Amino acid sequence: MAEIIVEEKGKGKKRAKKHAPHIDMTPMVDLMCLLITFFMLTTAFSKAKVMDIILPEKIKDPTKQAPPKIVASRTLNIILGPDNKIYTYPGSVKPEEYSAVPPILPPLSPTDYSAEGIRKLLLDKNRMLARKIAEFNKQVISGKITIHKDSVKSEISKLKADDDTGPIVLIKAYNKANYGNFVDILDEMNICGIASYMFTKIAWYEEKMVENAAGISPTATSSN
Amino acid sequence: MPKIKLPTKSPHIDMTPMVDTFCVVLTFLMLTTTMRQPEPANVDSPFSISETPVPDFNRMTFLLSVDGKVFMNFDNGQDTLLAYRPKILAEMGKHYDIEFTDAELREFQKYPSSIGVPITDMKQFLDAKDAATRNALQKGIPIDSADNQLALWILYARKVNPTIQACLKGDTKTGFETVEKVLDILQEKNVNRFALITNLEATKINLEEIQQ
Repeated sequence: MAEIIVEEKGKGKKRAKKHAPHIDMTPMVDLMCLLITFFMLTTAFSKAKVMDIILPEKIKDPTKQAPPKIVASRTLNIILGPDNKIYTYPGSVKPEEYSAVPPILPPLSPTDYSAEGIRKLLLDKNRMLARKIAEFNKQVISGKITIHKDSVKSEISKLKADDDTGPIVLIKAYNKANYGNFVDILDEMNICGIASYMFTKIAWYEEKMVENAAGISPTATSSN
Repeated sequence: MPKIKLPTKSPHIDMTPMVDTFCVVLTFLMLTTTMRQPEPANVDSPFSISETPVPDFNRMTFLLSVDGKVFMNFDNGQDTLLAYRPKILAEMGKHYDIEFTDAELREFQKYPSSIGVPITDMKQFLDAKDAATRNALQKGIPIDSADNQLALWILYARKVNPTIQACLKGDTKTGFETVEKVLDILQEKNVNRFALITNLEATKINLEEIQQ
Protein backbone atom coordinates (compact mmCIF):
# COMPACT_ATOMS: atom_id res chain seq x y z
CA MET A 1 0.00 0.00 0.00
CA ALA A 2 2.57 2.51 1.02
CA GLU A 3 5.01 1.17 -1.40
CA ILE A 4 4.69 1.81 -5.05
CA ILE A 5 6.18 -0.98 -6.97
CA VAL A 6 8.21 0.28 -9.82
CA GLU A 7 9.43 -2.15 -12.33
CA GLU A 8 13.12 -2.02 -12.53
CA LYS A 9 14.45 -1.57 -15.95
CA GLY A 10 17.85 -2.50 -16.92
CA LYS A 11 19.74 -5.10 -18.62
CA GLY A 12 22.07 -7.57 -17.26
CA LYS A 13 22.05 -9.91 -14.42
CA LYS A 14 19.76 -9.33 -11.56
CA ARG A 15 21.65 -9.17 -8.38
CA ALA A 16 20.33 -9.98 -5.02
CA LYS A 17 19.90 -6.75 -3.16
CA LYS A 18 21.97 -6.25 -0.11
CA HIS A 19 19.97 -4.05 2.12
CA ALA A 20 18.60 -4.71 5.56
CA PRO A 21 15.52 -6.87 5.72
CA HIS A 22 12.59 -4.61 5.78
CA ILE A 23 9.35 -5.22 7.58
CA ASP A 24 6.25 -3.72 6.14
CA MET A 25 4.58 -1.87 8.96
CA THR A 26 1.49 -0.83 7.07
CA PRO A 27 -0.94 -3.47 8.39
CA MET A 28 0.23 -2.74 11.91
CA VAL A 29 -0.42 0.96 11.44
CA ASP A 30 -3.84 0.18 10.04
CA LEU A 31 -4.72 -1.90 13.04
CA MET A 32 -3.45 0.68 15.47
CA CYS A 33 -5.42 3.39 13.75
CA LEU A 34 -8.54 1.34 14.24
CA LEU A 35 -7.83 0.69 17.89
CA ILE A 36 -7.04 4.32 18.61
CA THR A 37 -10.22 5.44 16.94
CA PHE A 38 -12.18 2.93 18.97
CA PHE A 39 -10.66 3.98 22.28
CA MET A 40 -10.97 7.65 21.52
CA LEU A 41 -14.64 7.29 20.79
CA THR A 42 -15.45 5.14 23.79
CA THR A 43 -13.37 6.90 26.43
CA ALA A 44 -15.25 9.15 28.78
CA PHE A 45 -12.72 11.78 29.68
CA SER A 46 -15.00 13.93 31.76
CA LYS A 47 -15.94 12.23 34.95
CA ALA A 48 -19.36 12.98 36.32
CA LYS A 49 -19.45 15.64 38.98
CA VAL A 50 -21.47 15.86 42.14
CA MET A 51 -23.30 18.74 43.70
CA ASP A 52 -23.75 18.54 47.44
CA ILE A 53 -27.01 19.48 49.01
CA ILE A 54 -27.98 19.32 52.63
CA LEU A 55 -31.66 19.25 53.42
CA PRO A 56 -33.00 20.54 56.70
CA GLU A 57 -33.58 17.77 59.16
CA LYS A 58 -37.10 16.50 59.31
CA ILE A 59 -38.93 17.63 62.38
CA LYS A 60 -40.40 14.42 63.62
CA ASP A 61 -42.20 15.82 66.62
CA PRO A 62 -43.58 19.29 65.86
CA THR A 63 -44.62 19.85 69.46
CA LYS A 64 -41.04 19.73 70.68
CA GLN A 65 -39.37 21.76 68.00
CA ALA A 66 -40.69 24.91 66.44
CA PRO A 67 -39.71 25.52 62.84
CA PRO A 68 -36.98 28.14 62.51
CA LYS A 69 -38.14 31.71 62.35
CA ILE A 70 -37.22 33.60 59.23
CA VAL A 71 -37.42 37.32 58.60
CA ALA A 72 -40.29 37.71 56.17
CA SER A 73 -38.89 40.83 54.54
CA ARG A 74 -35.79 39.01 53.32
CA THR A 75 -37.58 35.89 52.23
CA LEU A 76 -37.94 34.99 48.61
CA ASN A 77 -40.05 31.99 47.74
CA ILE A 78 -39.22 30.16 44.56
CA ILE A 79 -41.70 27.61 43.37
CA LEU A 80 -40.61 25.30 40.58
CA GLY A 81 -43.65 25.09 38.40
CA PRO A 82 -44.67 22.87 35.52
CA ASP A 83 -43.34 23.39 31.96
CA ASN A 84 -39.96 24.73 33.09
CA LYS A 85 -41.47 27.79 34.68
CA ILE A 86 -40.60 29.36 38.00
CA TYR A 87 -42.97 31.32 40.18
CA THR A 88 -41.59 33.61 42.82
CA TYR A 89 -43.13 35.68 45.52
CA PRO A 90 -41.60 37.66 48.37
CA GLY A 91 -42.46 37.34 52.04
CA SER A 92 -44.73 34.65 53.34
CA VAL A 93 -48.34 33.60 53.18
CA LYS A 94 -50.29 32.18 56.05
CA PRO A 95 -53.05 29.66 55.39
CA GLU A 96 -55.57 32.01 57.02
CA GLU A 97 -54.66 34.70 54.53
CA TYR A 98 -55.32 32.38 51.65
CA SER A 99 -58.67 31.31 53.03
CA ALA A 100 -59.74 34.88 53.77
CA VAL A 101 -62.32 36.40 51.46
CA PRO A 102 -60.96 38.01 49.37
CA PRO A 103 -57.62 36.19 49.77
CA ILE A 104 -54.67 38.33 50.73
CA LEU A 105 -51.98 37.11 48.40
CA PRO A 106 -48.60 38.45 47.40
CA PRO A 107 -48.02 38.87 43.68
CA LEU A 108 -46.80 35.65 42.10
CA SER A 109 -44.41 36.53 39.31
CA PRO A 110 -43.52 33.97 36.67
CA THR A 111 -40.00 33.68 35.32
CA ASP A 112 -37.77 31.03 33.75
CA TYR A 113 -34.39 29.32 34.15
CA SER A 114 -32.48 31.52 31.73
CA ALA A 115 -29.73 33.99 32.60
CA GLU A 116 -32.19 36.79 31.99
CA GLY A 117 -34.84 35.22 34.18
CA ILE A 118 -34.16 33.82 37.61
CA ARG A 119 -30.44 34.62 37.58
CA LYS A 120 -31.04 38.31 37.03
CA LEU A 121 -33.63 38.36 39.78
CA LEU A 122 -31.37 36.59 42.24
CA LEU A 123 -28.37 38.75 41.39
CA ASP A 124 -30.46 41.87 41.86
CA LYS A 125 -31.37 40.74 45.34
CA ASN A 126 -27.96 39.41 46.17
CA ARG A 127 -25.90 42.23 44.63
CA MET A 128 -23.79 43.06 47.69
CA LEU A 129 -22.64 39.54 48.37
CA ALA A 130 -22.26 38.58 44.71
CA ARG A 131 -20.02 41.59 44.19
CA LYS A 132 -17.90 40.71 47.20
CA ILE A 133 -17.46 37.16 45.94
CA ALA A 134 -16.70 38.26 42.38
CA GLU A 135 -14.15 40.80 43.63
CA PHE A 136 -12.52 38.18 45.79
CA ASN A 137 -12.34 35.74 42.89
CA LYS A 138 -10.85 38.42 40.65
CA GLN A 139 -8.17 39.23 43.20
CA VAL A 140 -7.30 35.57 43.52
CA ILE A 141 -7.06 35.13 39.77
CA SER A 142 -5.01 38.29 39.22
CA GLY A 143 -2.67 37.30 42.01
CA LYS A 144 -3.39 40.19 44.39
CA ILE A 145 -4.26 37.71 47.07
CA THR A 146 -2.08 34.67 47.31
CA ILE A 147 -4.13 31.93 48.79
CA HIS A 148 -4.08 28.19 48.58
CA LYS A 149 -6.58 26.77 46.14
CA ASP A 150 -8.31 24.74 48.82
CA SER A 151 -8.95 27.70 51.08
CA VAL A 152 -10.70 29.75 48.39
CA LYS A 153 -13.87 27.85 49.07
CA SER A 154 -13.75 28.34 52.82
CA GLU A 155 -12.97 32.04 52.31
CA ILE A 156 -16.08 32.37 50.15
CA SER A 157 -18.21 30.55 52.67
CA LYS A 158 -16.92 32.98 55.30
CA LEU A 159 -18.09 35.86 53.12
CA LYS A 160 -21.45 34.14 52.85
CA ALA A 161 -21.74 33.65 56.58
CA ASP A 162 -21.06 37.32 57.25
CA ASP A 163 -23.69 38.47 54.81
CA ASP A 164 -26.93 39.79 56.23
CA THR A 165 -28.45 41.62 53.29
CA GLY A 166 -29.01 38.93 50.71
CA PRO A 167 -32.26 37.05 50.32
CA ILE A 168 -33.24 33.95 52.21
CA VAL A 169 -34.46 31.72 49.45
CA LEU A 170 -37.04 29.04 50.05
CA ILE A 171 -37.20 26.58 47.20
CA LYS A 172 -40.35 24.59 46.74
CA ALA A 173 -41.28 22.24 43.98
CA TYR A 174 -44.71 21.74 42.50
CA ASN A 175 -45.11 18.05 41.72
CA LYS A 176 -45.12 18.59 37.97
CA ALA A 177 -41.61 20.01 38.04
CA ASN A 178 -38.76 17.74 37.03
CA TYR A 179 -35.38 16.73 38.36
CA GLY A 180 -33.57 18.97 35.90
CA ASN A 181 -35.41 21.98 37.32
CA PHE A 182 -34.34 21.01 40.81
CA VAL A 183 -30.67 20.76 39.84
CA ASP A 184 -30.92 23.95 37.80
CA ILE A 185 -32.25 26.00 40.67
CA LEU A 186 -29.64 24.70 43.11
CA ASP A 187 -27.01 25.44 40.50
CA GLU A 188 -28.39 28.95 40.17
CA MET A 189 -27.97 29.38 43.94
CA ASN A 190 -24.29 28.47 43.58
CA ILE A 191 -23.79 30.70 40.56
CA CYS A 192 -25.35 33.72 42.24
CA GLY A 193 -23.64 33.02 45.55
CA ILE A 194 -26.84 32.96 47.61
CA ALA A 195 -25.80 32.62 51.23
CA SER A 196 -28.91 31.03 52.65
CA TYR A 197 -31.26 28.84 50.76
CA MET A 198 -33.38 25.97 51.79
CA PHE A 199 -35.38 23.34 50.06
CA THR A 200 -38.73 22.80 51.72
CA LYS A 201 -41.99 21.11 51.03
CA ILE A 202 -44.60 23.04 49.12
CA ALA A 203 -47.67 24.10 51.09
CA TRP A 204 -51.15 23.36 49.83
CA TYR A 205 -52.03 27.01 49.33
CA GLU A 206 -48.85 27.50 47.31
CA GLU A 207 -49.87 24.62 45.09
CA LYS A 208 -53.22 26.36 44.59
CA MET A 209 -51.48 29.63 43.81
CA VAL A 210 -49.33 27.97 41.16
CA GLU A 211 -52.33 26.20 39.70
CA ASN A 212 -54.19 29.50 39.41
CA ALA A 213 -51.21 31.20 37.82
CA ALA A 214 -50.45 28.40 35.40
CA GLY A 215 -54.07 27.69 34.61
CA ILE A 216 -54.09 24.04 35.68
CA SER A 217 -57.25 22.47 36.98
CA PRO A 218 -56.76 21.47 40.60
CA THR A 219 -58.13 17.98 39.97
CA ALA A 220 -54.93 17.14 38.13
CA THR A 221 -52.90 17.23 41.31
CA SER A 222 -52.02 14.17 43.27
CA SER A 223 -52.62 13.68 46.96
CA ASN A 224 -49.27 15.06 48.10
CA MET B 1 28.42 13.98 -21.18
CA PRO B 2 26.75 11.07 -19.77
CA LYS B 3 23.60 11.67 -17.94
CA ILE B 4 23.60 10.93 -14.29
CA LYS B 5 21.08 8.26 -13.84
CA LEU B 6 19.30 8.16 -10.54
CA PRO B 7 18.60 4.70 -9.34
CA THR B 8 14.95 3.96 -9.70
CA LYS B 9 13.91 2.87 -6.28
CA SER B 10 10.47 2.39 -4.97
CA PRO B 11 9.60 5.38 -2.80
CA HIS B 12 9.36 3.92 0.61
CA ILE B 13 8.02 5.60 3.69
CA ASP B 14 9.47 4.59 6.97
CA MET B 15 6.55 3.88 9.24
CA THR B 16 8.49 3.19 12.41
CA PRO B 17 8.12 6.62 14.06
CA MET B 18 4.44 6.61 13.24
CA VAL B 19 4.06 3.21 14.83
CA ASP B 20 5.92 4.49 17.88
CA THR B 21 3.60 7.44 18.39
CA PHE B 22 0.56 5.30 17.78
CA CYS B 23 1.78 2.86 20.37
CA VAL B 24 2.15 5.62 22.94
CA VAL B 25 -1.28 7.07 22.23
CA LEU B 26 -2.87 3.65 22.27
CA THR B 27 -1.25 2.71 25.57
CA PHE B 28 -2.37 6.00 27.09
CA LEU B 29 -5.95 5.55 25.94
CA MET B 30 -6.07 1.95 27.07
CA LEU B 31 -4.82 2.80 30.52
CA THR B 32 -7.05 5.82 31.05
CA THR B 33 -10.23 4.32 29.71
CA THR B 34 -12.94 3.56 32.15
CA MET B 35 -15.40 1.36 30.42
CA ARG B 36 -18.90 2.50 31.10
CA GLN B 37 -21.23 -0.16 32.29
CA PRO B 38 -24.58 -0.06 30.61
CA GLU B 39 -27.20 1.16 33.05
CA PRO B 40 -30.63 -0.45 33.15
CA ALA B 41 -32.18 2.88 32.32
CA ASN B 42 -30.84 5.57 30.08
CA VAL B 43 -30.23 8.70 32.09
CA ASP B 44 -29.08 12.11 30.93
CA SER B 45 -27.75 13.96 33.91
CA PRO B 46 -28.48 17.67 34.15
CA PHE B 47 -25.68 20.23 34.06
CA SER B 48 -24.25 22.25 36.90
CA ILE B 49 -21.18 24.32 37.70
CA SER B 50 -20.05 21.98 40.45
CA GLU B 51 -16.51 20.70 40.02
CA THR B 52 -16.35 18.07 42.74
CA PRO B 53 -15.77 14.66 41.19
CA VAL B 54 -17.91 11.68 42.09
CA PRO B 55 -16.38 9.76 44.97
CA ASP B 56 -15.03 6.36 43.92
CA PHE B 57 -15.90 4.52 47.09
CA ASN B 58 -18.42 4.47 49.85
CA ARG B 59 -21.37 5.64 47.90
CA MET B 60 -24.83 4.39 47.27
CA THR B 61 -26.22 5.65 44.03
CA PHE B 62 -29.90 5.88 43.29
CA LEU B 63 -30.77 6.01 39.67
CA LEU B 64 -34.09 7.65 38.93
CA SER B 65 -35.32 6.93 35.46
CA VAL B 66 -37.68 9.03 33.41
CA ASP B 67 -40.57 6.63 33.96
CA GLY B 68 -40.24 6.88 37.72
CA LYS B 69 -38.38 3.64 38.42
CA VAL B 70 -35.71 3.56 41.09
CA PHE B 71 -32.50 1.57 40.76
CA MET B 72 -29.72 1.36 43.28
CA ASN B 73 -26.04 0.63 43.24
CA PHE B 74 -23.51 0.21 46.01
CA ASP B 75 -19.80 -0.24 45.82
CA ASN B 76 -17.73 -2.87 47.53
CA GLY B 77 -15.67 -0.35 49.40
CA GLN B 78 -12.11 0.77 48.98
CA ASP B 79 -10.84 -2.77 49.31
CA THR B 80 -12.64 -5.59 47.57
CA LEU B 81 -12.03 -7.71 50.67
CA LEU B 82 -14.50 -5.51 52.48
CA ALA B 83 -17.20 -6.88 50.17
CA TYR B 84 -19.98 -4.59 51.28
CA ARG B 85 -22.41 -5.61 48.59
CA PRO B 86 -22.94 -9.27 49.55
CA LYS B 87 -23.19 -8.23 53.20
CA ILE B 88 -25.95 -5.77 52.40
CA LEU B 89 -27.78 -8.39 50.36
CA ALA B 90 -27.42 -10.95 53.15
CA GLU B 91 -28.94 -8.49 55.62
CA MET B 92 -31.80 -7.81 53.23
CA GLY B 93 -32.30 -11.55 52.82
CA LYS B 94 -32.42 -12.02 56.56
CA HIS B 95 -35.14 -9.38 56.81
CA TYR B 96 -37.27 -11.06 54.17
CA ASP B 97 -36.40 -14.64 55.17
CA ILE B 98 -34.70 -15.32 51.88
CA GLU B 99 -31.58 -17.43 52.02
CA PHE B 100 -29.07 -16.46 49.37
CA THR B 101 -26.48 -19.03 48.36
CA ASP B 102 -22.80 -18.21 48.18
CA ALA B 103 -22.94 -18.24 44.39
CA GLU B 104 -25.78 -15.75 44.44
CA LEU B 105 -23.96 -13.48 46.87
CA ARG B 106 -20.89 -13.61 44.67
CA GLU B 107 -22.97 -12.80 41.64
CA PHE B 108 -24.40 -9.79 43.46
CA GLN B 109 -20.94 -8.69 44.46
CA LYS B 110 -19.72 -8.79 40.89
CA TYR B 111 -22.76 -7.26 39.23
CA PRO B 112 -21.39 -4.12 37.63
CA SER B 113 -24.34 -1.80 37.16
CA SER B 114 -27.42 -0.62 38.97
CA ILE B 115 -30.09 -3.04 40.11
CA GLY B 116 -33.77 -2.31 40.30
CA VAL B 117 -35.23 -5.63 41.31
CA PRO B 118 -37.79 -6.23 44.06
CA ILE B 119 -36.23 -8.44 46.73
CA THR B 120 -38.70 -11.23 45.99
CA ASP B 121 -37.32 -11.48 42.44
CA MET B 122 -33.72 -11.08 43.49
CA LYS B 123 -32.96 -14.81 43.65
CA GLN B 124 -34.37 -15.33 40.18
CA PHE B 125 -32.45 -12.30 38.94
CA LEU B 126 -29.12 -13.53 40.29
CA ASP B 127 -29.64 -17.06 39.04
CA ALA B 128 -30.57 -15.92 35.55
CA LYS B 129 -27.71 -16.19 33.14
CA ASP B 130 -28.84 -14.17 30.17
CA ALA B 131 -29.24 -10.43 30.02
CA ALA B 132 -32.74 -10.50 28.56
CA THR B 133 -34.24 -12.35 31.53
CA ARG B 134 -32.43 -10.00 33.87
CA ASN B 135 -33.63 -6.90 32.11
CA ALA B 136 -37.19 -8.14 32.26
CA LEU B 137 -36.88 -8.39 36.05
CA GLN B 138 -35.64 -4.82 36.44
CA LYS B 139 -38.95 -3.35 37.46
CA GLY B 140 -37.54 -0.78 39.84
CA ILE B 141 -37.30 -1.02 43.61
CA PRO B 142 -40.66 -0.67 45.37
CA ILE B 143 -40.81 2.65 47.19
CA ASP B 144 -44.43 2.91 48.26
CA SER B 145 -45.13 2.99 51.94
CA ALA B 146 -46.76 -0.46 51.97
CA ASP B 147 -43.61 -2.21 50.87
CA ASN B 148 -40.78 0.24 51.16
CA GLN B 149 -37.79 -1.85 50.15
CA LEU B 150 -35.69 1.19 49.27
CA ALA B 151 -35.80 2.32 52.89
CA LEU B 152 -34.52 -1.10 53.98
CA TRP B 153 -31.74 -1.07 51.41
CA ILE B 154 -30.68 2.32 52.76
CA LEU B 155 -30.93 1.11 56.34
CA TYR B 156 -28.78 -1.98 55.76
CA ALA B 157 -26.33 -0.21 53.49
CA ARG B 158 -25.66 2.26 56.27
CA LYS B 159 -25.49 -0.50 58.82
CA VAL B 160 -22.89 -2.40 56.83
CA ASN B 161 -20.96 0.67 55.74
CA PRO B 162 -21.50 3.64 58.08
CA THR B 163 -19.44 6.01 55.92
CA ILE B 164 -21.62 5.48 52.87
CA GLN B 165 -22.70 8.58 51.03
CA ALA B 166 -25.95 8.96 49.16
CA CYS B 167 -25.77 10.00 45.52
CA LEU B 168 -28.75 10.75 43.37
CA LYS B 169 -28.60 10.34 39.64
CA GLY B 170 -31.64 11.39 37.75
CA ASP B 171 -32.62 12.23 34.24
CA THR B 172 -33.35 15.86 33.49
CA LYS B 173 -36.92 14.86 32.73
CA THR B 174 -37.51 12.64 35.76
CA GLY B 175 -40.67 13.85 37.44
CA PHE B 176 -40.27 15.54 40.76
CA GLU B 177 -42.73 13.22 42.46
CA THR B 178 -40.23 10.35 42.25
CA VAL B 179 -37.38 12.54 43.41
CA GLU B 180 -39.40 13.82 46.32
CA LYS B 181 -40.37 10.31 47.40
CA VAL B 182 -36.75 9.15 47.35
CA LEU B 183 -35.63 12.26 49.24
CA ASP B 184 -38.36 11.64 51.79
CA ILE B 185 -37.29 8.04 52.31
CA LEU B 186 -33.68 9.08 52.69
CA GLN B 187 -34.62 11.75 55.20
CA GLU B 188 -36.71 9.31 57.16
CA LYS B 189 -33.56 7.24 57.50
CA ASN B 190 -31.74 10.35 58.72
CA VAL B 191 -29.76 10.93 55.56
CA ASN B 192 -29.84 14.68 55.08
CA ARG B 193 -26.80 15.12 52.93
CA PHE B 194 -26.96 14.13 49.30
CA ALA B 195 -24.80 14.43 46.29
CA LEU B 196 -26.58 15.05 43.02
CA ILE B 197 -24.69 13.66 40.07
CA THR B 198 -24.38 16.20 37.29
CA ASN B 199 -22.27 17.05 34.29
CA LEU B 200 -20.00 20.03 34.29
CA GLU B 201 -21.04 23.16 32.47
CA ALA B 202 -18.99 26.21 33.26
CA THR B 203 -20.92 29.39 33.85
CA LYS B 204 -19.33 32.39 35.44
CA ILE B 205 -20.62 35.74 36.43
CA ASN B 206 -18.17 38.56 36.06
CA LEU B 207 -17.87 41.68 38.10
CA GLU B 208 -19.08 44.03 35.40
CA GLU B 209 -22.34 42.16 35.09
CA ILE B 210 -23.11 42.75 38.75
CA GLN B 211 -22.11 46.39 38.79
CA GLN B 212 -24.28 47.40 35.89
